[in-house]
Amino acid sequence: MIPEFGNFALVVALCFAVTQAIIPLLGTYRGNRTWIQMARPLALGQFFFLLFAYATLTYAFINNDFFVAYVAANSNTHLPLLYRITAVWGAHEGSMLLWTTILGVWTAAVAFFSRSLPEETTAQVLAILGLISFGFILFIITTSNPFATLLPNIPLQGRDLNPLLQDPGLAIHPPMLYMGYVGFSVAFAFAIAALLSGRLDAAWARWSRPWTIAAWCFLTLGITLGSWWSYRVLGWGGWWAWDPVENASFLPWLVGTALMHSLIVCEKRNAFKGWTVLLAIMAFSLSLFGTFLVRSGILTSVHAFALDPTRGVYMLLFLLIVVGCSLTLYAFRAHRIHSGGQFNALSRETFLLSNNVLLFIMMTTILLGTLYPLFIDAMHAGKISVGPPYFNAVFIPLSIPLFILLGIGPLMFWQKMPMKKIWQRIWLGLLITLVIGVVITVKILGHIHIMVIVGLTLAAWIIALTLIGLIQRIRQQGWRQSRNYYGMILAHLGVGVCIIGITVTSVYSIEKDVSMRPGNTAQVGQYQFTFMRTQPLIGPNYTGVTAVFTVKENGHYLTTLNAEKRLFPVQHMATTEAAIDAGLFRDLYISLGDPLRHGGWSLRLYYKPFVRWVWLGGLLMLFGGILALSDRRYKLAKRLATKTSSNQNVS
Amino acid sequence: MNPKRTKRLTFVLIIVIGMAIAVGLALYALNQNINLFYSPSQVVTGQAPKHHMFRIGGIVKPGTIHQIPHSLDVSFDVTDKVNQVEVKYKGILPDLFRAGQGIVVDGQLNHHGVFIASQVLAKHDATYMPPEVRAALKEAKHYKHIKSVGKIQ
Repeated sequence: MIPEFGNFALVVALCFAVTQAIIPLLGTYRGNRTWIQMARPLALGQFFFLLFAYATLTYAFINNDFFVAYVAANSNTHLPLLYRITAVWGAHEGSMLLWTTILGVWTAAVAFFSRSLPEETTAQVLAILGLISFGFILFIITTSNPFATLLPNIPLQGRDLNPLLQDPGLAIHPPMLYMGYVGFSVAFAFAIAALLSGRLDAAWARWSRPWTIAAWCFLTLGITLGSWWSYRVLGWGGWWAWDPVENASFLPWLVGTALMHSLIVCEKRNAFKGWTVLLAIMAFSLSLFGTFLVRSGILTSVHAFALDPTRGVYMLLFLLIVVGCSLTLYAFRAHRIHSGGQFNALSRETFLLSNNVLLFIMMTTILLGTLYPLFIDAMHAGKISVGPPYFNAVFIPLSIPLFILLGIGPLMFWQKMPMKKIWQRIWLGLLITLVIGVVITVKILGHIHIMVIVGLTLAAWIIALTLIGLIQRIRQQGWRQSRNYYGMILAHLGVGVCIIGITVTSVYSIEKDVSMRPGNTAQVGQYQFTFMRTQPLIGPNYTGVTAVFTVKENGHYLTTLNAEKRLFPVQHMATTEAAIDAGLFRDLYISLGDPLRHGGWSLRLYYKPFVRWVWLGGLLMLFGGILALSDRRYKLAKRLATKTSSNQNVS
Repeated sequence: MNPKRTKRLTFVLIIVIGMAIAVGLALYALNQNINLFYSPSQVVTGQAPKHHMFRIGGIVKPGTIHQIPHSLDVSFDVTDKVNQVEVKYKGILPDLFRAGQGIVVDGQLNHHGVFIASQVLAKHDATYMPPEVRAALKEAKHYKHIKSVGKIQ
């Protein structure tokens, strides 16, 4: 019975989505208030049925209902409850359902938080979200239905969840990433609604901002969690590999970051409006593109589950329709966009514009590297792969000017700022940076590493200027700054922290592959790893071996670490559970390889300085975003409430 | 030209120049960092470059995995079920590495025609086959003929 309920709920949600896409939009053209007002209930109805379908699938997983093909393929009676719940998004069909349900969440959130918006705007935004939702529900029903059944041969046992996905990090990584991806659909819907109605004003920017920041926060968290997961689970201690799937999440993040900044100019200075609309369209298109890349199975990757060509074709068509229609609309309406806001070459506007241009160029070069192998393959010109050296070669040179500008940007005035004033505000920061730069250079003299000098100097530059700006502002205006401002400070400090982490861990990590037997000791840096013994390991749905190590630092006992090798019998698959001694300034990391003859093991030992700073930076950016968000939403509700009441008074 | 238009033109110019530099940088970097992919049959028939890094994809031939005692040196054959190439690797193999598994190997040929691997990739789950490997296996039947000719000689 359960799968029938799920199927039924999906079909009803599809009907709701169609109605939600058509009726309110027609209502705005014909001026029919009833039709316009239907947008909200329709959106909530659609959300309810999506949630119901999602809950149904979760229920089927919890009860191990192997009658459902998708459950049989991804669950097992020995799989722990937590992983049965997260297994819902463990493979293609379920993760598409998660995608769509999250779209439902955002739609419902728009319906809920938009009470202060003009009714027409709400109707248009919800209609566009309905249209996107329609495309995805149709995709699920026609090509990847998670409720398909296995009649008449119901298996007694399921094939289990991919062991790599049985990790707490993965329990939260995909939902967060999807919240980010899908969240850009709201900014997109606002942009399209503004183009449709021709009201591309400061109010539009003000409404779009909190939604964009919220989506950006989720995406930041999703990427950070993904990085942390791959560090822990994939067993090679890397936190970023320029894998196409990682790029797929990074591309919308870059454009989302640009969008977040250009919306500020739109709201405050009434400039860059055309460009901002284009960014909103691009951020969501790249999210769709990311979904296509990951879900269509055209990539060699951990994430490429689906190998069904109809899915790929459907998603590509959907992507082309969305991008094509929105760009056509943009082309027809672009001439109506009037940007006001005069500004000088030395102004905050210029810095924000440069930030946008640089982020955009970064995105293009990464997109190029990601698509190039696919393009060559499609042309039958051979099979190639583009690896990390390419991405590092383009990304690092582009990030240097970005970070230099990032330091100065927030210190600039709007419209214009004389060179003398700029100098007054940055000379101290420049001095501190130069001193730190010289100290670093002298300290590592002998083995000069250009990347360390450049990276740490840039980080010092960003952190010094951000803090100086903060101090100057507090001195002039007191502590009571907006949360928005403190959010910006925190996020920019996060960038600095992240740069320190990336620089130090990339350059000073020590990696050692060794073969060891119990009793042997290996030296890594100032640490001695002693292989004590192995012991058998029995988990709920796996067996394995635990290798016990003691770690000493210069002869003093530090800690005991247990590295595991797990064998999952159902999928005949082994996973490596690395043993990590985490610390703010260094991680020690043991990854178990294979058993060798005579009781030996191949092992990988790591000393990873400052690796936590990479994620710490990500978290600081996230908290900055949350802080800004808490500010904006408060202001938004209040300002709009007063605005509407004053409008009513006038009429 | 009025000042507004001049300013706009300057911005457009900056963007165009920036893009041009970026594209130039990107294309240069692409040229330096592309790894071409070859199947074992292509390597055996001499189509692969001699002094360049490239990738081989295929199946780990059962019974060819040899671990050198007290070291991390390992050798194995990668096959497309028609031809095979001997691969030598020093280091830890991925969890999914085993006989019969579809894998992709990064590395370079030495003078004896042995592929010295710098990285062994075996991703996803036990039943997954990398698309390149699948294509290599499909293509391999065209080389059957070449192989048999070689044997007669």
